[in-house]
Amino acid sequence: MSFDSTTLVLVTVISAATPLLFAALGELVAERSGVLNLGVEGMMLAGAVTAFAVTVTTGSATLGILTAALAGALMALMFGALTLSLTSNQVATGLALTIFGIGLSALVGSGFVGIPVERLPRLRIPGLSDLPVIGPLLFGHDVLVYLSVAATAGVAWFLKRTRGGMILRAVGESDVSAHSIGYDVIKVRYLAVLFGGVMAGLGGAFLSLSYTPMWVEEMTAGRGWIALALVVFASWRPWRVLLGAYLFGGVTILQLYAQGTGGFGVPAQVMSMLPYLATIVVLAVIAGGPWKGRLDAPACLGQPFRPAT
Amino acid sequence: MPFRLSRRTLLAASAATSSLLLPGRRLLAQEPMGVGFAYVGPIGDYGWTHAHDVARRAVVEHFGDRVKTTYVENVAEGPDAERVIRQLASSGNQLIFATTFGFMNPTIRVARQFPQVKFEHATGYQTAPNVAVYNARFYEGRAVCGAIAGHTSKSGIVGYIGSFPIPEVVMGINAFTLAMQKVQPDVQVKVVWVNSWYDPGKEGDAAKTLIDQGADIICQHTDSPAPLQVAQERGVHGFGQASDMQAYAPQAQLTAILDHWGDYYIDRVQAVMDGTWETHIIWWGLKQGMVKMAPYGPAVTPEAAQAGDAVREGIIAGTLHPFDGPIENQAGEMVIAEGEQLSDEQLLKMDWWVKGVQV
Repeated sequence: MSFDSTTLVLVTVISAATPLLFAALGELVAERSGVLNLGVEGMMLAGAVTAFAVTVTTGSATLGILTAALAGALMALMFGALTLSLTSNQVATGLALTIFGIGLSALVGSGFVGIPVERLPRLRIPGLSDLPVIGPLLFGHDVLVYLSVAATAGVAWFLKRTRGGMILRAVGESDVSAHSIGYDVIKVRYLAVLFGGVMAGLGGAFLSLSYTPMWVEEMTAGRGWIALALVVFASWRPWRVLLGAYLFGGVTILQLYAQGTGGFGVPAQVMSMLPYLATIVVLAVIAGGPWKGRLDAPACLGQPFRPAT
Repeated sequence: MPFRLSRRTLLAASAATSSLLLPGRRLLAQEPMGVGFAYVGPIGDYGWTHAHDVARRAVVEHFGDRVKTTYVENVAEGPDAERVIRQLASSGNQLIFATTFGFMNPTIRVARQFPQVKFEHATGYQTAPNVAVYNARFYEGRAVCGAIAGHTSKSGIVGYIGSFPIPEVVMGINAFTLAMQKVQPDVQVKVVWVNSWYDPGKEGDAAKTLIDQGADIICQHTDSPAPLQVAQERGVHGFGQASDMQAYAPQAQLTAILDHWGDYYIDRVQAVMDGTWETHIIWWGLKQGMVKMAPYGPAVTPEAAQAGDAVREGIIAGTLHPFDGPIENQAGEMVIAEGEQLSDEQLLKMDWWVKGVQV
């Protein structure tokens, strides 16, 4: 691999990782508040189709991105109403949300198949974008890529450094205690779930406006599920989500690249297994070993909360 | 006295109703004929399933009120398929199209239970008195693409995005490579497997990595327009799959291989209506119009267009076969000598690569 092609591969990796990063960050916040939302795939699809439809109809990508975030939030609101207000089972409701999202997005998008859309413009900073290697790597992306990295920093700061973040974590670790010292557990969880929806919607918008600028049914092709796995892979830490997303994107792209150069003598099927294998290995490492306890899931993850009155 | 349902009364009642219905049946002969379709993907994939649905709509347009079509999309290959096909058969459809290879065994099983219903299975090899098999010679289209690519590529490197190494895909890659080698003997065809028929993101990423490795022609045996869209963005060229994907790649698309099932579907519906339907195995190509080429794109030079047309016309006239000998495999062994050509049987089992393919 030459210097130039390494840069090109890395640029591809960044775009492959970005939708995962968005969706996983959102899910991370929801899970830290104690809510397991398996509907990420459905929320991403809602975001993808909304972003595409609005951009094509109005000609404004900004409006497309904003409405995609809103669409994700609406899906999340539905999930919140069912699981938080009506205390339905989170796993079943999340699965239903995914299936619902697949159908709904196909219905909304049926008139938009076969229409091209202008790709989200890449930000160009005169001088910096033209630098070799660093230019395309750091200064040649569209706004959503930068937003995803900024969001990682934002979420990390919020969870660790702010009062709100502490309350959110408290709600996720012990809802009863948080409630008994006066925090509104349901409200906190609603906000966290809504944030998850917004981020999944943005991830979807990145798919249909930048990664593959088009709308086709089920274009997420399982990325929502990978995002869910990434949250566990990252042991619920934002910067590790970023690392995980880039690693995952990296292994995927690298195996495609290796196939093109004749491979390393390893069958293609084994290569495509690698990212998933890595996830399983990390899961196994987390489950046992000296890290146990420090890397555990939020204690109240997936448990419905009904305030005692 | 309350009405008590016993087996005896039930039998008597059903006998009575069926005898009542019998003359009615004949009167209902003008009722629309039910035609069912089982699709493996979503109709909005803009590829394989989309092409079958275009054909279904052609049937509706042709027959109007005389048919009533039902389709089920996203049917997983396996037990789910059997359930869906049985459902289609038991809900009054007289003809059912099962449109992917993986529906073969479920179709055969259901067909045994519904001898009066006719079944059409795409791309399989098992028939029954009420199961016909149809397939298209897509590799003929690949040969046309190869000839055009030979006159278009500057780098002599082709990126080929594959789904799974099954004979259908293998013969396509080989047919393309052989046709291109007639123009550029030293061409290198790099194959990358994405292990999926449909994952726009991954298909696009595969196209990007192949272009990064010097490919200036992108071929695909996957279903989304993503690779072609990447080709357009990076200023290289490619070929559409199943549908005309020109809208996504106005400059990049050289041509597209079009699946044209509509005429066949109309014929078969007509045959059931006329009572002339019989089982068969057909494998049609450019000649019968089951495979068509999209209009050439702006990047096709007159020279390339001529080469493409020559292959297409040769295949239609029967003077040219994409697998005319001599053909060597990767080990340098002569598979088929000059003056001979591979048989259909050899093609359907193809699991070896011609020289110049890098897998």
